[in-house]
Amino acid sequence: MFAGWYKKGALAAAALVAGMGMAEAKTDIVVGMQLEPPHLDPTSAAAGAIDSVLYSNVFEGLTRFMSDGSVVPGLAQSWEISADGTVYTFKLRAGVTFHDGTDFTADDVKFSLDRARAEDSQNAQKALFAGITDVAVIDPLTVQVTLGAPNGAFLFNMAWGDAVIVAPESIDAIKTNPVGTGAFKFANWVQGDRIDLVKNPAYWGTPAKLERATFKFISDPTAAFAAVMAEDVHAFAGFPAPENLPQFAADPRFQVLVGSTEGETILSTNNKMPPFDNLTVRKALAHAIDRQAIIDGAMFGYGTPIGTHFAPHNPDYVDLTAQSAYDPELAKKLLAEAGFPEGFKTTLKLPPPSYARRGGEIIAAQLRAVGIEAEISNLEWPQWLEQVFRGKDYGLTIVSHTEPADINIYARPEYYFQYDNPAFQKLMTDLTNTTDPAARSAMLKTAQTIIADDYVNGYLFQLAALSVANAKIEGLWANAPTQATDLTAVSWKD
Amino acid sequence: MLQFFVKRLMALVLTLVVASGVIFLCLEIVPGDPALYMLGLNAQEDTLAALRAELGLDMGPVARYWAWVSGMMVGDFGISYTYRTPVAEMVAERLKVSLPLAIYALTLSTAIAFPAGIWAASRRGRGADIAVMGVTQLGVAIPNFWFAMLMVLVFAIHLRWFNAGGFAGWEAGVGPVLKSLTLPAIALALPQASILARVMRSALLDSLNEDYVRTARAKGLSRGQALWRHALRNALIPVLTIIGLQFAFLMAGAIIIENVFYLPGLGRLVFQAISARDLIVVESVVMLLVFAVVVVNFLVDIAYALVDPRLRGRG
Repeated sequence: MFAGWYKKGALAAAALVAGMGMAEAKTDIVVGMQLEPPHLDPTSAAAGAIDSVLYSNVFEGLTRFMSDGSVVPGLAQSWEISADGTVYTFKLRAGVTFHDGTDFTADDVKFSLDRARAEDSQNAQKALFAGITDVAVIDPLTVQVTLGAPNGAFLFNMAWGDAVIVAPESIDAIKTNPVGTGAFKFANWVQGDRIDLVKNPAYWGTPAKLERATFKFISDPTAAFAAVMAEDVHAFAGFPAPENLPQFAADPRFQVLVGSTEGETILSTNNKMPPFDNLTVRKALAHAIDRQAIIDGAMFGYGTPIGTHFAPHNPDYVDLTAQSAYDPELAKKLLAEAGFPEGFKTTLKLPPPSYARRGGEIIAAQLRAVGIEAEISNLEWPQWLEQVFRGKDYGLTIVSHTEPADINIYARPEYYFQYDNPAFQKLMTDLTNTTDPAARSAMLKTAQTIIADDYVNGYLFQLAALSVANAKIEGLWANAPTQATDLTAVSWKD
Repeated sequence: MLQFFVKRLMALVLTLVVASGVIFLCLEIVPGDPALYMLGLNAQEDTLAALRAELGLDMGPVARYWAWVSGMMVGDFGISYTYRTPVAEMVAERLKVSLPLAIYALTLSTAIAFPAGIWAASRRGRGADIAVMGVTQLGVAIPNFWFAMLMVLVFAIHLRWFNAGGFAGWEAGVGPVLKSLTLPAIALALPQASILARVMRSALLDSLNEDYVRTARAKGLSRGQALWRHALRNALIPVLTIIGLQFAFLMAGAIIIENVFYLPGLGRLVFQAISARDLIVVESVVMLLVFAVVVVNFLVDIAYALVDPRLRGRG
């Protein structure tokens, strides 16, 4: 009897200890995000929110981005490139399965790439696959991709979220039930509220340290602040209110992560619309802008000034900010030289993000100081796409171009800022056909200089990646080389 | 009574038909291409065309209107452009949040307003009346989202009694659901209760001046007895009208509160759908709200007729 009591007590104590142990090593995380994915197929939408939840967590590609922006092998273990640079032979990882239990093979790679480049493809980045002429299955673990011409960025392109590998067995339901090969499995989506992921026990690589991850969607910046403060969410990726960050930084419960993104925030200029078709006017515009004032005023100091359309953390970046330094007197002089001593009127159409709305007010004031009267109108995204992006009915606009390594948009004369420079277009074609790293680096540097010399757009700043997290969380990405919230290495400190 | 009922029913149907036309036309005029929004800056023309064909956006407006209306008649609200799930399912899911929230808020506002209004009316001009009038004046003036933020600051961030927002989900049980809806319901109920209390008070005071109340007093009833037995019932008509309007407001007007508390309700769905040009969702949800408002008003009309026999003849 006595022994029995004793035993029960010991059991209870053991259970208590075990319970406490579990409480210490927390294995779940709630991550706040501002935007909810419209659906869960990264290969048929432009919405960054889809990649923010699924990239690397659920879906993987042949190659993948690391947090510093480098491209490393993903589902492809290794590859060989033919001497002429047009044939890529990928050796795939063995023993990889999709979350529904089906095997990952060369057939899945062929299916994914063929689907993305098909005539009725709905891939938002179809251009990534444009050079592919053939995808051939050599054996279950070898696939051969043939390109029409050499493409030095091909392995980089295959790391995009739009190029992840999907399976024909699960493709029909991918928009609501995504099945990938990643370290987390999709579990549940309460639309408007959250998405749950659970650990994939059969993962081929280093298993995730978390058992469960929940993405919670909080669009309102004030609500986001409250949710972090009340510790309802453990981390907030892409925190929408930079003005609140000092408060989190001063609170020992939290850590603030400030990293870089691929978002070049620019004052896009309609190069075909007078007077912006005049280089001197565009140059005046560039000198009228005080970048640091915009970074301080609109982004509360977060952001790196840029002088061209290129990410400062990229090794090939050239700092050209001095070429368009803030000099309102020079701007006035240039305007007079161009025939506008009294300045002129134009439109400044602003999409919803705060960098644009807040930055727009500051820029309008700076332009007014040199005589340019920019009439602000605030647009919703669909209106912006219709009027500015497609209709090209604008003088100036502010937008952050978040696609990685996207300087090639300057080679598209029909693109919304309508920059048409054959020399630049030829340089981009040559770049695509070049695979030698040193030569590519030199060409990228030249490209940056050309668009800075032509003052195509006003180059403002590189958008910062701002996240807040519980101080005990480790392994979160500070940088955002692509729109991803990679949780595969995230864990709680004891 | 039957004729009254039929006339009201016909008005209801006519309202719905006109509303569907207006809603569709409005959204036709709104600029913005759903396909372009979904595929973004780097989309190619052929990709956009493929998506438009899949969404049925390549059909003419008349064909699309007919497809929408005829679908709704058999309960098919279409498929969301962005979420790619049936709109009816999404709405049903969101109603599980919005409907309890509206009912909760309405219950709270009535529970506060009735006693406050009656109390104030029964003590006209005295301290209690002045206090109720002062507080309700404040309640009407304070924006509910600001009050909501203040409550979050106090009860979620400092006292930690509630979560700052979010919905527990019905699978967690009634307790957690009520808990997650409490702050939003109070925020929604406060201005409503203030309006309702003031209406209640003035309606009561009006009927207290009526002849039948004087007669009742003359027959020996105390002021309180006359108020409870005669004045209150007659004062209910304007109060019912306001409650009917408030319910509609609570269903549709919770957009801001749902955003402050990030509740996955109907208001937030409409908000998201508008910004994503998910036209089919906007059309169907707005239509559903119109339906709800029209039906509630219809029921209020019927309730009038029951409360006040004089109204039956008018139709």
